[in-house]
Amino acid sequence: MKKLAIGLLSAAAIGVVATAASADTLDDVKKKGFVQCGVNTALAGFSAPNDKGEWTGLDVDYCRAVAAAVFGDGTKVKFTGLSAKDRFTALQSGEVDILSRNTTWTVNRDTALGLNFAGVTYYDGQGFMINAKKLPGVNSALQLSGASVCVQAGTTTELNLADYFSANKMEYNPVVFEKFEEANAAYDAGRCDAYTTDQSGLYAVRLQMSAPDDHVVLPEIISKEPLGPSVRQGDDKWFDIAKWTYFALLNAEEAGITQANVDEMKNSSNPDIRRLLGTESETKIGTDLGLSNDWVVNIIKATGNYGEIFERNVGSGSPLKISRGINALWTKGGLQYGMPIR
Amino acid sequence: MSEHVIREEPVRVPLIYDPRVRSIFFQVLLVALLAMGIWWIVDNTVENLRRSNISTGFAFLRGRAGFDISDRLIDYTSDSSYGRALLVGIANTLAVAAAGIVTATILGFLVGIGRLSQNWLIRKLAMIYVEVFRNIPPLLVILFWYQGVLAVLPNVRDSLSLPLGSYLNNRGFYFPKLVWEPGSGLILAGFVAAVVLSWYVARRARARQMATGERFPVFLTSVCLIIGLPLLGYLVSGMPVSVDYPQKGTFNLSGGTNIKPEFLSLYLALSFYTASFIAEIVRAGIMGVPKGQTEAYSALGMSSNDGLRLVVIPQAMRIIIPPLTSQYLNLTKNSSLAVAIGYPDLYAVGGTILNQTGQAIEVVVIFMTVYLSISILTSLFMNWFNTKMALKER
Repeated sequence: MKKLAIGLLSAAAIGVVATAASADTLDDVKKKGFVQCGVNTALAGFSAPNDKGEWTGLDVDYCRAVAAAVFGDGTKVKFTGLSAKDRFTALQSGEVDILSRNTTWTVNRDTALGLNFAGVTYYDGQGFMINAKKLPGVNSALQLSGASVCVQAGTTTELNLADYFSANKMEYNPVVFEKFEEANAAYDAGRCDAYTTDQSGLYAVRLQMSAPDDHVVLPEIISKEPLGPSVRQGDDKWFDIAKWTYFALLNAEEAGITQANVDEMKNSSNPDIRRLLGTESETKIGTDLGLSNDWVVNIIKATGNYGEIFERNVGSGSPLKISRGINALWTKGGLQYGMPIR
Repeated sequence: MSEHVIREEPVRVPLIYDPRVRSIFFQVLLVALLAMGIWWIVDNTVENLRRSNISTGFAFLRGRAGFDISDRLIDYTSDSSYGRALLVGIANTLAVAAAGIVTATILGFLVGIGRLSQNWLIRKLAMIYVEVFRNIPPLLVILFWYQGVLAVLPNVRDSLSLPLGSYLNNRGFYFPKLVWEPGSGLILAGFVAAVVLSWYVARRARARQMATGERFPVFLTSVCLIIGLPLLGYLVSGMPVSVDYPQKGTFNLSGGTNIKPEFLSLYLALSFYTASFIAEIVRAGIMGVPKGQTEAYSALGMSSNDGLRLVVIPQAMRIIIPPLTSQYLNLTKNSSLAVAIGYPDLYAVGGTILNQTGQAIEVVVIFMTVYLSISILTSLFMNWFNTKMALKER
């Protein structure tokens, strides 16, 4: 009996040591055979299921790019729809490997929440939308004193809203919903005078209203909202993959490598392009990342470059028709700047 | 007679076969395994939190919250601390639970008695009510009130005008607010005095009835006192109360007081849902009182009102109270469904804090502690009430 007890005790003690969480996400991902990616449940253009039930959007395509970099196959990714409130817990607890859910990069999230942001896939800013038919004469957010405002819980939007109204000494009634869909429905039903979220989101929400033409987006942008993917702290290898997948998408656009011409480009004599596509002799860039040397080729074959992803999901190829604006490449006056791959 | 005296020699049982030793051993083993299990969970959590650089501890409660809460019973701005925000959430949870419990109890008693009515229509209506609300998940009842009833009310501009300067629209129920100006303390004093006097009158009247059998109109006297004394205070102090009526502003109605649709739908849904269960409990309680009791009070010449009040209900209460406690606890816990319609209860506010600070474990511990405390306090109160109502044999 005593021996049995001691045996059990030591078995339990060993168990304690052995089950401390593994910190090698790349290994885990390779073992299970797919990347688990946390996305928004229904934000048109960024992540939403299409009429065939497939996930589409800019945030979704980024995850496909990561899957392509790891497995050479952009379909080896599974998506988890997350609310704004649950997203960080899902990443921290390991439920998802990467969080690509129109999430604003802030210092608090980068430190206290234990996140690492891999880049800014979309530079955004917060705005307001109102029903112009019901509120004629309102053409500035500064006229919103006394209004009821629909907002989603657990977002930087909720905090900026409080700051903006108190800085301008205006009153308001926040009506706070946990889910994006609930907030949209309440605004559409007239529960609130105004709806606030990132401007890209406002255009997406507007399309979902029962009468989209009645709604106008007010001109004020009240905050900086750099949206990007994030991973857990404490795993630099996985962080590197997340970061460089993003930079690879930008560099491919800059070099003019597209989904259509990527195979041709492999024969290019331009050393930059050869290095990027892993056709340089004795290259170690891919393997140093823990990937194969043709990782960029795989990414571009799966999703196209950043410009293609943008146009397809939120730009001219989409119902949102958002112009590149500050999301253009740095060479074209925008903020998107891919760190050199060399 | 016999020379064979049987000596009770205790048989030496090896420790391993001694049932007492065995039972102690297994209990110790179970506790040890449980403790190890808990230690393993805690240790693993701390280790993983440390590894992913997530802050721990309850210091975050002092940080600035930064978000606003529209429905609040205590002072709060976005500059207040997270701890204060949690208090706002707790107050909102308590408010909706308390209001819900009162309404559910009244409605439940009415419907429960209705199910036993002699009147066919009332009996059937009560039955339909119970079957409908008892068989729908509470979340659906909440969404029914929020999206099915309150959201289809007219816009602010076309508010329904109700008597006494109040309005109803899809932003809630707006009604005039009484503004207490200096000197209105006398009114409150009058009210307090009236309550104390009523209590005293009731006591004296009871003692007198016990002694002489004479009755005194206690109810009427109390009503007169409670209305009369504050009114007197109001007149004496020079009418220091004015009324603030809701006015139509640019966006919403301003002035007055309003109850928001989030609170209203949660409160109505919880009341209606729980009342269907309470109705059945009440019916069971009343039916559990033997028919002989009714016959007995009739034989004594008591009126059926007095009989119900003094004979049947006190005995029914003994059956009703224990399951009623469970319903109160259910109602309080169901209030966390508020999150679906944006009512800032403890769970909704706590969730936002969790998201901002990332301290999931601490916030969940707070959730559990608060709900547990509310439940235990409710239970304690109801157990006390149960003992008070228990059969006293004299």
